[in-house]
Amino acid sequence: MEFLSDIASLINSTLRISTPLVFAAMAGIFAERSGVIDFSLEGKMLMAAFVAAVGSYFLGNPWLGLLLAIIACVSLSMLHGFASVTYKGDQVVSCVAINILIIGLTTALAAAWFGQAGLTPTLNEDQRFLEVNLPFAESLRDVPIIGTIYSDILSGHYIFVYLAYAIVPLVFWVVFKTSFGLRLRAVGENPSAVDTAGINVFAMRYKALAINGVLIAFAGAHLSTAVNANFFREMSAGRGYLALAAMIFGKWHPKTALVACLLFGFTDALQIRLQGVELPAIGEIPVQLIQALPYVLTVVLLAGFVGKAIAPNAIGQPYIKER
Amino acid sequence: MVSPILELKNINKSFGHVHANKNINLTINKGTIHGIIGENGAGKSTLMSIVFGLYQANSGTIKINGKEINLRSPKDSIINGIGMVHQHFMLVENFTVLENIILGFEGELVFGKNLEKAKKDLKNLCDTYKLNIDLNSTISDLSVGFRQRVEILKSLYRGAEILILDEPTGVLTPQEVDELFKILRSLNEEGKTIVLITHKLIEIMDLTSEVSVMRQGEMVGNTKTEDTNKEQLAEMMVGRSVLLRLDKTEANTGDVVFKVEDLTVKDDLDVTRVKNVNLEIRAGEILGLAGVTGNGQTELLEALSGIRKVESGQIYLDGKKVSDSQNFLDPRELKDQGLAHVPEDRQRMGLVTDFKAYENLIFGYHDQQPFSRSSILNHKDIISHSKKIMEEYDVRPQSPNLITSNFSGGNQQKIILSRELNEKPKVLLVGQPTRGVDIGAIEFIHQRLIDMRDKGAAILLVSVELDEVLSLSDRIVVMFDGKIVGEKENTNVTDRELGLLMAGVV
Repeated sequence: MEFLSDIASLINSTLRISTPLVFAAMAGIFAERSGVIDFSLEGKMLMAAFVAAVGSYFLGNPWLGLLLAIIACVSLSMLHGFASVTYKGDQVVSCVAINILIIGLTTALAAAWFGQAGLTPTLNEDQRFLEVNLPFAESLRDVPIIGTIYSDILSGHYIFVYLAYAIVPLVFWVVFKTSFGLRLRAVGENPSAVDTAGINVFAMRYKALAINGVLIAFAGAHLSTAVNANFFREMSAGRGYLALAAMIFGKWHPKTALVACLLFGFTDALQIRLQGVELPAIGEIPVQLIQALPYVLTVVLLAGFVGKAIAPNAIGQPYIKER
Repeated sequence: MVSPILELKNINKSFGHVHANKNINLTINKGTIHGIIGENGAGKSTLMSIVFGLYQANSGTIKINGKEINLRSPKDSIINGIGMVHQHFMLVENFTVLENIILGFEGELVFGKNLEKAKKDLKNLCDTYKLNIDLNSTISDLSVGFRQRVEILKSLYRGAEILILDEPTGVLTPQEVDELFKILRSLNEEGKTIVLITHKLIEIMDLTSEVSVMRQGEMVGNTKTEDTNKEQLAEMMVGRSVLLRLDKTEANTGDVVFKVEDLTVKDDLDVTRVKNVNLEIRAGEILGLAGVTGNGQTELLEALSGIRKVESGQIYLDGKKVSDSQNFLDPRELKDQGLAHVPEDRQRMGLVTDFKAYENLIFGYHDQQPFSRSSILNHKDIISHSKKIMEEYDVRPQSPNLITSNFSGGNQQKIILSRELNEKPKVLLVGQPTRGVDIGAIEFIHQRLIDMRDKGAAILLVSVELDEVLSLSDRIVVMFDGKIVGEKENTNVTDRELGLLMAGVV
């Protein structure tokens, strides 16, 4: 019985930990399917976390914090678009610049406003998102199996967790079943074909980047106004890069990217679970080694198991119409 | 009664300092097949890209059916009934035919009813013009000829009344060209106006009813096709009279100097591209290798020149084995043995386009006297050598200090050719010597190759231009799917016979 509840709590954590990765990976799919590399998921997630926490603190409402985070992230995406789509700069350089800028900016602003470098004040219950208990979760808890699945695994998550998993089929539908998705995929494969079909290549890429900004804002808000009650320095902790890896591992496809995110989330949940646990024959594994697990997995998966990940054909190339 | 469907008045277009279109006037009559001929870089494609709305003219007016139209994007042109089949197909390779055609004209946000209607309309179009396309196949699985049909179908579906085709035959076999022309004629019979951009005189004579000639960004002539002939058009294109036939005496062949035995070569993806090829070239002859692009010619050339590993088989130069799967000479050692190579892709392999002309003129020989003494380049001798050789090979402009990418395609090719021929090689491998080269330079390059032959060099000419293979070669072999599928003495062989071999039919 204890084994069962262990499994349940492991799955529960996996769902929670994977949430920002799922948002970020979906954000990445939009940008990269349109032919724009998005290395700046990390920086934007960090920005969103900061803006959501600060906005929520001053305005007293986490939804307003989220709204401000969306505005901030869409602005950053537009900045990326301005540099790399309109002015045809190197997309990776633009992303790296954004990432570095945000690390410094969030730290400095927190110091200026709250007197603590890279730390925002703790949010009270009104200023943050709380766990959502699904209806009948309490009364169903004692029913075997169903109770465990419903009450222990599915219920009691933050709103973002439900949102993240609801968004994946939506992304799939948009990308593969709508005319917008057709144009999105085409512009990342062969922008000339899109241009000659009478569609504005630049507008398409900006639209994709705008959606990218909205989605990544959710990831950041989840970190600072849901699972945590404040922003702290570099709190995105590489999740943006991890999500990018998951997206590549998932071959730019929402369903497989989701699986990859869950896999990364699971190893992270597992490493938290394994800390301090005595394993038979091995004994206690050093914490640092366990914590490295998700990152080691990333490297191994990307290096070995992806096979030939076929990226959108025109990715990373600014569209130049006239010679 | 003829009425103009498309009228261009005083069109000007510049790219930076290059004045690509100068005061162009052009009238295209409804229901005609109108040819626009000119050398590469004459401004034909630019002009038609303006008509298609892809580029915007700096000045000038465009009228369609007598009404002045402002074309700001391809969308405007498509709405006004203009369709264009570009030289490089505008298709998304991992999409299906259907997805490519409806792109931009889906007619609904979420795929549903309109998709079914589109399928039906497209089936009808396919039947009417006998296009024979499976709408569900993926573009990357289709041959070049079929991709082109998809482009035509795409334009028709979008309601094109004027169909512009930019150099449509460059990538086709003669049989595919026949098929294409049949389709174009049937489109014309249905009342569509066709504009054919080409640099091939024969296509103008075959297909068009009216023809306009462009030279260096200007429109230099308009006439009915029946009132002119090839020689006259060629003269208008180049601005002087051109020899369309080469002066070639019979080959005076010697011993076999280059021999390939059972050669098999794989490409980077480990696919076997050259399969048990045998070749012999004698001193003083040109062996032409014909074939549709992508049938192993590239890999064969790379293996022969020492760039690509030999999987199995042997290569002999002057009776000495130079390469097999175990031991092989690298390109430099082959060069020392008297083998020169003019690569197919001159921008990628033949030149460093960002370097100055004089640097490219000595590449590969830069460590030899007099260019270099004890590892230090001798600038003065290099420049004087460059000047001399540029004059000899008529490279224009004759400025060794100019960056190579600023030379036209033909002059870039002359730079490579002069570098390689200057060493008087015993064996010369030439890939696509006149791809993207204008008619005047083609004449010059061909004459140089014949001269080399007459001086006793063994030449392998790889080209996708059948005319070129036919006019230069003494013997012709045809490559299909990595194999040599036929060998002919070039006495009375026709392009039809070669075309069948190239298509793998016989």
